[in-house]
Amino acid sequence: MIIISVVVLGGIGLISSVLLYIISKKFEIQEDPRIGLTLEALPSANCGGCGYPGCAGFAAACVKAESLDELLCPVGGKAVMDKVAEILGKKVTEVEARVAVVRCQGDCEARAKTNVYDGLKACAAVSKLYAGETACAYGCLAYGDCVRVCSFGAIYINESTGLAEVDEDKCTSCGACVKACPKNLIELRKKGPKSRMIYVGCMSKDKGGDAKKACARACIGCSKCEKACEFGAISLVANLAYIDFQKCCLCRKCVSACPTNAIMELNFLPEREATEAKAMAE
Amino acid sequence: MLKTFRIGGIHPCENKFSAGGQIRQAMLPERAVIFLAQHLGVPAEAVVKKGDMVKVGTLIGKSAGFISANIHSSVSGKVARVEAMPDMSGYRRPAIVVDVEGDEWEPTVDCSEELTVHTDLDAKDIIKRIADAGIVGMGGATFPTHVKLSPPPGLKAEIIIINAAECEPYLTSDHSLILEKSKEVIVGTALLMKAVGVTKAVVGIENNKKDAIEALRKVKTEGIEILPLKARYPQGGEKQLIDAVMRRQIQSGALPVSVGAIVQNVGTAFAVYEAVMKNKPLIERIVTVTGRGVVQPSIFRARIGTSVQSLIEDAGGFVGNQGKVIAGGPMMGKALSSTEVPVVKGTSGILLLPQEESYRRKSNNCIRCAKCVQACPMGLNPTLLMMATEFGNWQLAEDNYIIDCIDCGSCSYTCPSFRPLLDSIRLGKDKVGTLIRARK
Repeated sequence: MIIISVVVLGGIGLISSVLLYIISKKFEIQEDPRIGLTLEALPSANCGGCGYPGCAGFAAACVKAESLDELLCPVGGKAVMDKVAEILGKKVTEVEARVAVVRCQGDCEARAKTNVYDGLKACAAVSKLYAGETACAYGCLAYGDCVRVCSFGAIYINESTGLAEVDEDKCTSCGACVKACPKNLIELRKKGPKSRMIYVGCMSKDKGGDAKKACARACIGCSKCEKACEFGAISLVANLAYIDFQKCCLCRKCVSACPTNAIMELNFLPEREATEAKAMAE
Repeated sequence: MLKTFRIGGIHPCENKFSAGGQIRQAMLPERAVIFLAQHLGVPAEAVVKKGDMVKVGTLIGKSAGFISANIHSSVSGKVARVEAMPDMSGYRRPAIVVDVEGDEWEPTVDCSEELTVHTDLDAKDIIKRIADAGIVGMGGATFPTHVKLSPPPGLKAEIIIINAAECEPYLTSDHSLILEKSKEVIVGTALLMKAVGVTKAVVGIENNKKDAIEALRKVKTEGIEILPLKARYPQGGEKQLIDAVMRRQIQSGALPVSVGAIVQNVGTAFAVYEAVMKNKPLIERIVTVTGRGVVQPSIFRARIGTSVQSLIEDAGGFVGNQGKVIAGGPMMGKALSSTEVPVVKGTSGILLLPQEESYRRKSNNCIRCAKCVQACPMGLNPTLLMMATEFGNWQLAEDNYIIDCIDCGSCSYTCPSFRPLLDSIRLGKDKVGTLIRARK
């Protein structure tokens, strides 16, 4: 009795193993071992900032691609891309660093509240329902949809201004906040030397008078900055100025030309200190 | 035993302060703001420009698609601007601003109060007149009426249901309309029956309006039944009303005409009467201005484009601590961020709540009591849908029919933990809707 069961079970086991062996050989999928190696070099944040579905997708794309020119892991930056290039024996070109900026400066002082919202605390819910708690229909709602999607703790709501702000050192320019903002306020811009940046801190497409009434620091579409710019970096579309960061040379002429202080300069020394520092250096 | 819908529902305090009140003509505005999108679907295209003179009833916006509606001037005067103006939500939408001069009507409009009963028009002509007059659903959803009266091929209506339930607390516009214009409403209903080629119509009306039921019964004509319904919210929901009247349920995503019903609001029936018999386009509507925050709750016949502020002043102004101003009823209405917005075709009421009535209580954790499940008239599971939205689990939300939600707010009303269920579900519904459309 025991022998029969041993023989039957052993037979089944033997036949199955042979079948499995044949099937595994016949339908074997050859995966490039370099994909695994590349994946190990990546930060495994799976943020999707590169445009691929997670780090595995990006690794596969790196292996498949002819050159790494168009590929960048925004989280790991140059260091990680160098490692990837080494593994794959490909060359990596220098990519410019980018950082997220919030294009609204309508703080509590500049943009007074006109009503109170007491519903679900989410920007997406507010913006679907109505324009928001101020008279500006384009500004930051400060209910933190961007904060919730950031995997790196790089964006936060500043309680004193009631606006979203970016911590440039932590920002990896993965772009999750750009997608989350229902008002399209967040943009990834080129990180200048010493992370200096100049951009229009307003997205209001209202006519000048209406925009100014709603917010003291609104872009009123006066085109003064456009005229002040010597590099043709500023364009005016639908009552709103936009500074092309590829053309901008950070000369700051537009900043002083703006009558409403709508143009932001980040990480610059104040004018007078800058000249003093220059004199000191000389 | 009164008829009602079979699933869920609630009964909030009725608070119908202005019940049975007389309809007053609201003052003509000095400047009328008329939006080009006062209906569901494609906004109308402006056919006038700055400086043009218009009369009451002049076509100023032309229907620009299959689901779209004409827009007519509600005042006479000069077009001051054609530009984007803030609407009820605070966002700017294309509008035509008319500076009012006098009150001159288009000569084609019959302004007499006489009742006209007979017409030689056939079904096609009736629908054409309704389309020309820019009539949309007056209950608040503002779906173009002529589209609803032309069911897609293969579907045939058996019955017209006139929605006179007025289940929203506070609002009494339909109630007063029936009391004053019962004959016109019945003629309008007969026209709707003729337009879709049916011989039966049912007027569904909540039993808390006994005088209106009497008034309608006195003047009803052949084929029209006046059916009192239990006072229960949302009795006036399209699917709920069909269930109450016909005992039929509509499949998820299907049109009401798939079960043989076309539902029209009683205000729409009146507008149809005026459009077909009097050649009068949709340029005014009945608006209830009510609530504990207003001096004299009143019912107005207001021109489209009149500002909400002027209606409130007409009703005596604010009283007590000003809280929320809501366009529509307390259940489905939307709070306004400014009273300087105009009345549109879908404004059924202006509700003024004092401060002490209008705050939201702090939301707590869900205690799994399932009161929302019991209250949902669509048989959904609101607490599950809210959770699915919070975690971004769109598949779970879709599998549990989040898009069937009718925004009635019964779940939020009944929740003992004061959770913002509807806020969340609305967000999820929008997201799932976008995902479904992207798949097609």
